[in-house]
Amino acid sequence: MNNSAMSTVELDVNGKRKAVVVRHADTLLDVLRVKLGLTGAKPGCGNGDCGACAVLVDDEPMHSCHMLAVEAAGKRVTTIEGLQGTALQQAFVDHWAVQCGYCTSGMIVASHGLLLRHPNPDEATVNEWLSSNLCRCTGYEEIKQAVLSVARSVGQAGGTTP
Amino acid sequence: MIPFDFEYCKPATVGEALKTFRDLQAAGKRVCYYGGGTEFISLARLGSVTTAAVIDLKGIPECLTLSENDQHVLIGAAASLTQIAEYRAYPLLSDHCRRIADHTSRNRITIGGNLAGVIEYREAVLPLLVSDAQVVVARGEGMETVSIHDIFKGTLLIGAGEFIIQLLVPRSEANLPYVSLKKTRHSKVDYPLVSIAASKKDGRIRLAVSGVCRYPFRYPPLEDEVNAANRSPLERAERAAARLPEPAVNDAFGSRDYRLFLLRHAIADTIRQLEGA
Ligand SMILES: Cc1cc2nc3c(=O)[nH]c(=O)nc-3n(C[C@H](O)[C@H](O)[C@H](O)COP(=O)(O)OP(=O)(O)OC[C@H]3O[C@@H](n4cnc5c(N)ncnc54)[C@H](O)[C@@H]3O)c2cc1C
Ligand code: FES
Ligand code: FES
Repeated sequence: MNNSAMSTVELDVNGKRKAVVVRHADTLLDVLRVKLGLTGAKPGCGNGDCGACAVLVDDEPMHSCHMLAVEAAGKRVTTIEGLQGTALQQAFVDHWAVQCGYCTSGMIVASHGLLLRHPNPDEATVNEWLSSNLCRCTGYEEIKQAVLSVARSVGQAGGTTP
Repeated sequence: MIPFDFEYCKPATVGEALKTFRDLQAAGKRVCYYGGGTEFISLARLGSVTTAAVIDLKGIPECLTLSENDQHVLIGAAASLTQIAEYRAYPLLSDHCRRIADHTSRNRITIGGNLAGVIEYREAVLPLLVSDAQVVVARGEGMETVSIHDIFKGTLLIGAGEFIIQLLVPRSEANLPYVSLKKTRHSKVDYPLVSIAASKKDGRIRLAVSGVCRYPFRYPPLEDEVNAANRSPLERAERAAARLPEPAVNDAFGSRDYRLFLLRHAIADTIRQLEGA
């Protein structure tokens, strides 16, 4: 379907192809949550300030509240639902990097993007990337330690999967 | 949710973008160019901006380029701030873009959007003012190249239907000694109280400022004070900070006195770094 206000777009979300009818005015966040039932990306500020809505688009973190769904056509979208069972998810549990959990999906998604790009990041790089994600519960330290622990174990194993 | 509908167009050429704009406008529609879309989506959600169509510039190869030719470093207007931060052909621009917003936002924000948007800081323009960059503008049926000083006077002066295609930085300006500096209220990620981009060429410091007045500027009387002979860096900085194009902003983010205090010290630090004092 294509008219001046809507189109059918082919989205690749967590490795699955979906044909979705979207309003051009729909943000990627709206479409993931409302049309695809993927509620892991959270609505927070809606303004690019908090990072709760982060997803990976072609492996780069993006605020899905600040991107139109129609722009994601032909790109690979990874949400927190696509990162189940990863070492990073377990590290967040092990390091008590979760309290209320509202920021957690955005934190894990952004950290996953970071480790894909920088498998062995220094602390400054972790700080720079995670400055996009606000947490009102933890002190950030546990989150940073969780990310660095995975970086270290990936580095030791010589692997590439965070 | 954005409370109104619009057409979404993604032209592949400059000519197609200009024609799409003209055709939609002739049909009585309000049209908006679209870079990273971050400002558009925030304002549209609030109903502060409405449009019947957006024209996404990210399908035009010239708008995405990051390259060099004999004379210039070419920066596509739809390149993201992250891409520019990583493309280090003009390190002052790379470093200054890296201080704008946060990492994930920089993956979306484009340099064209930063220059053309309503948020007044427009920090990416500072290195362009300092390097006397040229701007390639889509205009009429084609493109024109104009000096940044003619097209940017606090805000971008382009007509309806026109858009920025590229920024051209002279190669002779791209690898000079430079300073990129930003002071915020408290966190690293914030709008600037003072943002400075400066370089030094033929013994003279060139310097542009954002955050202090209501718009970014490079102002010759201020620059003359920065370069005055036989005075200490702090004396020169104090005299320079007294030569603003308009009074400093005084608001809840920073009082006028505080902004001027930061500006004086930021200019003095810039002079010391560039003169190796
Ligand atoms: C979280 C966050 C933090 C920020 N922090 C800073 C900061 O520290 N410093 C700072 O300077 N700014 C900051 N900004 C502001 C940001 O740089 C501007 O809002 C900018 O407009 C966003 O760029 P965009 O590409 O997303 O713009 P868009 O939303 O795509 O467009 C904004 C406007 O520019 C026009 N436009 C876009 N591209 C072009 C073009 N090539 N030619 C002509 N017109 C064009 C559009 O028509 C529209 O009117 C921040 C923004 C966010 C979301
Ligand atoms: S909801 Fe997207 S950044 Fe806050
Ligand atoms: S755990 Fe509650 S906001 Fe981060």
